[in-house]
Amino acid sequence: METSIIIETIVKVVVVLAVFSALAGFTTYIERKILAFMQRRLGPTNVGPYGLLQIVADGIKLFCKEDIIPANVNKKIFMVAPLITASTAFIAMSAVPFFPEFEMFGYTVRPIISDINVGVLFVLSVGAVGLYGPLLGGMSSANKWALLGGARTAIQLLSYEVVSGLSLLAPLMMVGSLSLIDINNYQAGGVSNWIIWSQPLAFLLFVMAGFAETNRTPFDLLEHEAELVAGYATEYSGMRWGMFFIGEYANLFTISFLIALIFLGGFEPLWFIPGGLAIVLKVMFLIFVFLWTRASWPHIRPDQLMWLCWKILMPLAILNVLVTGFVMMF
Amino acid sequence: MELKKFKNRNISEDYIVVQEDNYPKTNWDMFKQVLSRSIKGELFVGMRITFGIMYRALFKDEMATVQYPKEKLPIGPRYRAVHKLLRLLESGEERCIGCGLCEKICISNCIRMETRIDENSRKEVMQYTINMGRCIFCGYCAEVCPELAIVHGGRYENSSEQRAHFSLKEDILSSANGLGTQLEFDGYGSVSPDADKKIKKTPLSY
Repeated sequence: METSIIIETIVKVVVVLAVFSALAGFTTYIERKILAFMQRRLGPTNVGPYGLLQIVADGIKLFCKEDIIPANVNKKIFMVAPLITASTAFIAMSAVPFFPEFEMFGYTVRPIISDINVGVLFVLSVGAVGLYGPLLGGMSSANKWALLGGARTAIQLLSYEVVSGLSLLAPLMMVGSLSLIDINNYQAGGVSNWIIWSQPLAFLLFVMAGFAETNRTPFDLLEHEAELVAGYATEYSGMRWGMFFIGEYANLFTISFLIALIFLGGFEPLWFIPGGLAIVLKVMFLIFVFLWTRASWPHIRPDQLMWLCWKILMPLAILNVLVTGFVMMF
Repeated sequence: MELKKFKNRNISEDYIVVQEDNYPKTNWDMFKQVLSRSIKGELFVGMRITFGIMYRALFKDEMATVQYPKEKLPIGPRYRAVHKLLRLLESGEERCIGCGLCEKICISNCIRMETRIDENSRKEVMQYTINMGRCIFCGYCAEVCPELAIVHGGRYENSSEQRAHFSLKEDILSSANGLGTQLEFDGYGSVSPDADKKIKKTPLSY
């Protein structure tokens, strides 16, 4: 019994790592394609069919590049920082149920690495730890742009973390559990049971906080090319930069899965669509929205981000919690 | 006149200040600004526009990209690219009568022709070269030619590794007259005397 669980967990970990590393690479391709289409361009076309092998080419380039560590940097921290981003992005996935249970070779597989009873809390907190990567990387780089990027990381972390926590509080009060599987099961029975209908404000707030957490465009302050060269990643190159990148895209998937699980019915079957496919479609749609907004919206300033999060979103989130509480009481 | 009048840059009295400082004054105004900025839906208008562009680019053939070496944009018929020497359509004889007007009018002195009187006591063009390194493609030669013999073609891809490749040979001109070794104009931008030794294959064919 013990060994079987260990083996099962190891297999799951390897599968999640492999699948999401590949997906992170593939998402860069998708992102480039969609951004290109929205700007009437073609995107990568020359490497492989439809430019699909561009990912492989980029990967080879990243792996083969020299690992440059500039003078004056704080070596240890500089080298560790990308690891933090990449590893926490994958650690956060360990509490995310990706699919409904299914049977394989007469063995029931639960596609979650560990169903801990504080799933949401775990995912959110590990995701927040992930921002130590940009922060430490930016501060150790001995580069003014990187330092600014690191400072903005701290700003962003302080701003959105409050909103994401408070906005999730209201749906969690309704469900009464922190386990993502319980939250998912709460929404069983069709579209009308999705939490988005009872908590639309919480959904909006959480999506906005998710944009901030994954550094997607309207809140893309950490590596704002137009202002900060590449922000915290200015001095990074090769695979260390690549790890930042993979971590960022893995985070994107984690947040998309969280939004789908908490607000959009998760892996409950949708009309005729089986649950496993339903959640994949939802996540795909959410990621498309992330890319879509990147093509459409301008960045905001750091002070606007703080203003938005502290003065608008946080009061709204608290209001939402209060109203939910009163509705539940009476 | 006092200094103040000199400093007044306004052209006329009805000078309109475009940038007005219409910042919100009261808290209520600020709140209204926040509401209008966040609820007005301008963000979603932006998203609709990008989606529409994507849809039209993918399905309505409005993609702006031209995959250059594979597809080329059509150029105008009056485009002035590498020259052509034309022949008479009926007889296949060269149109050029060797009058030398092009040589004379060429403002960058890049045209060089050698003529002689042949057996039929007609003027015959023995050599005709255009130094492409010097040609500025002004089109005077084509304009001045009384016989429409020299014209501009549409071939604009004439980049090369060496300057010697730019001096036009017979193969660039559409003359199939079997003109012998070319005589190059001996001035600025022309091939050096030891150009033959310096000529090497293009890197692709090594």
